[in-house]
Amino acid sequence: MWNVLAVVLGIGVWTALARAGVSGLPGPQAVAVRFGELAADGTLLDDSLASLRRVLIGFALGSALAVPVGFLMGWYRTARGLIEPYVQFFRTIPPLAVIPLAILLMGIGETPKIFVIFLAAFLSCVVSTFQGVVSVDSTMINAARVLGANDAVVFRRVVVPASTPFILVGMRVGLGAAWATLVAAELIAAQEGLGYRMQQAQIYYDLPSIFVGLITIGVLGLIMDRLLLAAEKRLTGWQERR
Amino acid sequence: MTEKISFRSVSRTYDVGGQPFHALRDVDLDIADREFVTVVGPSGCGKSTLMNIAAGLVDPTGGEVLVDSRPVHGPSPERGVIFQQYALFPWLTVRQNVEFGLQIAKVGRAERRRRAQHFIDLVGLTDFADALPRMLSGGMRQRCAIARAYAVDPGILLMDEPFGALDALTRVQLQDQLLATWGSERRTVMFITHDVDEAVYLANRVVVMAARPGRVYEVIDVDLPYPRTEAVRLSAEFSQIRNRVWRAVYHQTSSEGASL
Repeated sequence: MWNVLAVVLGIGVWTALARAGVSGLPGPQAVAVRFGELAADGTLLDDSLASLRRVLIGFALGSALAVPVGFLMGWYRTARGLIEPYVQFFRTIPPLAVIPLAILLMGIGETPKIFVIFLAAFLSCVVSTFQGVVSVDSTMINAARVLGANDAVVFRRVVVPASTPFILVGMRVGLGAAWATLVAAELIAAQEGLGYRMQQAQIYYDLPSIFVGLITIGVLGLIMDRLLLAAEKRLTGWQERR
Repeated sequence: MTEKISFRSVSRTYDVGGQPFHALRDVDLDIADREFVTVVGPSGCGKSTLMNIAAGLVDPTGGEVLVDSRPVHGPSPERGVIFQQYALFPWLTVRQNVEFGLQIAKVGRAERRRRAQHFIDLVGLTDFADALPRMLSGGMRQRCAIARAYAVDPGILLMDEPFGALDALTRVQLQDQLLATWGSERRTVMFITHDVDEAVYLANRVVVMAARPGRVYEVIDVDLPYPRTEAVRLSAEFSQIRNRVWRAVYHQTSSEGASL
């Protein structure tokens, strides 16, 4: 209810600012018209699909690798010792800073873009998974062991469910990072995608198109986050809320 | 009497900042089959360590523990453990928690369900069988943990201050319930507590431990009839034994030159 009101108010303020003639700011109406045009000729759908495809592939690969690596780091001291310095080091480099290198090494096709998105998602998710495994209550592991569980059972039936909340938080952060990285990757080198479209619009001083791009990115990001949140609620509803 | 559990000069030393700390030194203790033994002592006397060694969760640095005359190596469903902090799996319902050990033992679905239901009923959680632990009170959680331990049919129950986190009223209720369960599903019980009343009320024998180094200070027989009732709890004999245990716990003469 309040959320709807907030949206209405936001559009009102925007309209007022545009009317007041803030330098070149297009009003909601102009943006809606451009949105209709871009949607009608298929450009918007193609761009969105291209962007979504990159994000989802990079994010899926990043999470898929982060979860086992995080478990490995949490479960085996040796693995932690070997992997952690690299994870911590690469975490201090913004994934965007890797783009020039990725383009040089991987060309200007899809690979470097998906790679940086993968890297962003992986680094966010791996630390969280690792933290989740480390913080599993040792009494709970003992409880399983005295009921006859061997290491494999303890892992599958205690460590995995107990760290699921951490993994899902990591994935949400990872998705945010992936989405942020995507647009930057597309701004630099792409032939289609929401970031590319905004880049083109910038060259032609086409502000309504930039707004369409921004809003689409925001809405798509919000939808994906809500989907993960729903998954989180479903999978970790057993948690005691503090 | 046949020994179910035998501690043979069990020692456990921890390294604390380069100095050896004797959590347990040369503990000898026999617990008979189907006996209910409580262990009391001041904090730091190693009573929990002793239980964890019997459970196979901690290895002794000296001596050994025999269960049915065989040395203990690691945990086994033969020795059920009940922890102070319940240690239920919060993502599983009461029923799934109770079935956990049976699943590992590869008990068939129908039989698993039947046995779980039996113990859920026994501890009075029938109406909460499909509830998650977060919906349960502390007392109900501990009852669920007790049902979970009983379900795998262990010969021995090791209980580490299981009622320590509960309020006084719930605690008395669970003590009576535990004794009732022990009456119908008789097991060998080793019960750790810091509550002298609880130790006397439950046990055939009370083992009083002392700290620095952790050791058995005195073993006191409790010649009171089962079933124990409120009449027993309020009897002169009870308070006599209770006073003896109290003195043993709180007025320990230091030995072996150990000092605080």
